[in-house]
Amino acid sequence: MPDQPAASGARRLWSAFLHPGRGQLVAAVILFVVGMAGVMQIRINASDDTYTTARREDLISLLDGLGAESRRLEGEIGELERTRAGLQSGADSRRLARENAEKRREEVSILAGTAQAEGPGIRMRISDPNYRVSYGVLLDAIGELRDAGAEVIELNDTVRVVASTWFGTDASGDLLVDGERVTRPITIEAIGDSHSLEEGARFRGGIVSEIEGPKIGGQVSIEPLARVVVESLHVIADNQYARPASAAPTPR
Amino acid sequence: MIPLLGLIAGIVLGLVLEPTIPQALQPYLPIAIVAAMDALFGAFRAYLEGTFTDRVFVVSFVSNVLIAASIVYVGDQIGVGSQLSTGVVVVLGIRIFTNAAAIRRALLHA
Repeated sequence: MPDQPAASGARRLWSAFLHPGRGQLVAAVILFVVGMAGVMQIRINASDDTYTTARREDLISLLDGLGAESRRLEGEIGELERTRAGLQSGADSRRLARENAEKRREEVSILAGTAQAEGPGIRMRISDPNYRVSYGVLLDAIGELRDAGAEVIELNDTVRVVASTWFGTDASGDLLVDGERVTRPITIEAIGDSHSLEEGARFRGGIVSEIEGPKIGGQVSIEPLARVVVESLHVIADNQYARPASAAPTPR
Repeated sequence: MIPLLGLIAGIVLGLVLEPTIPQALQPYLPIAIVAAMDALFGAFRAYLEGTFTDRVFVVSFVSNVLIAASIVYVGDQIGVGSQLSTGVVVVLGIRIFTNAAAIRRALLHA
């Protein structure tokens, strides 16, 4: 009797495998639902169980920590942005100073005769068949041109006339400029406003009338040019004694 | 045979379709599953003992699931949700073990 239900249970199970009934269909539907729900729950459990089980106090402290961290990082961002702006403006002003210095260097090197120059100007040709043009007359001519606004002056395509240029004669009486013998005819090229340069040379009692006068008997032709190129350079010797009185100002 | 096929189909569909339930119902899903397991074991035991009725099975399954879920819901509302769900799981676990013992006796005579 005790094993009667057990034996019938096993037999019932076996016959159920062979002859399915309506009850099995119902059980199948319910097991279907349970299987699906189980899979769903396992998936939910596996996906996000980091914060769902955390207590409220833990979440609040977590949030506080994140807020403090983000405030700290924002402060750091502001600091770094200020640093970047400072560096940028520093780089800009340094670049500006370098540009200014470069421009100034160009101007000064044209003035000192260490750079080639070009621009509008005149070419003055002095023919001197009697070799009577003295260094004084030449110096006067250069002076007249300077007064008329000549920025760059070149003599015979070889000598760049600068502040330290000297005029003289050698032992045999030949004309010397900066140690160079001056050949005839003398060509003077000057960069400046060609009209005022020409007027400065031609005015009554000026250099042209002096050379063309009976005392010298030369001839002067002045040719205004849209583009005069001065290629000769003045070689600067380093100062042996003179030094700048104060340190050169740092470009800023 | 057919119930086993149903279980396998449910698992496969759950894996393939990845169904989701509303966020509000998610806390009650685990307890509902435990209640469903209890109902299933009880039904299997009744089947082996020859007292199985599909109507009783369906009604007991649905009511078990609903009662378990609603107990946890009420517990959540009054602030003892975790304790009540622990209690429900303990009770259902005891019932599952009892049913499993009966099934074992019916099938293996031990």
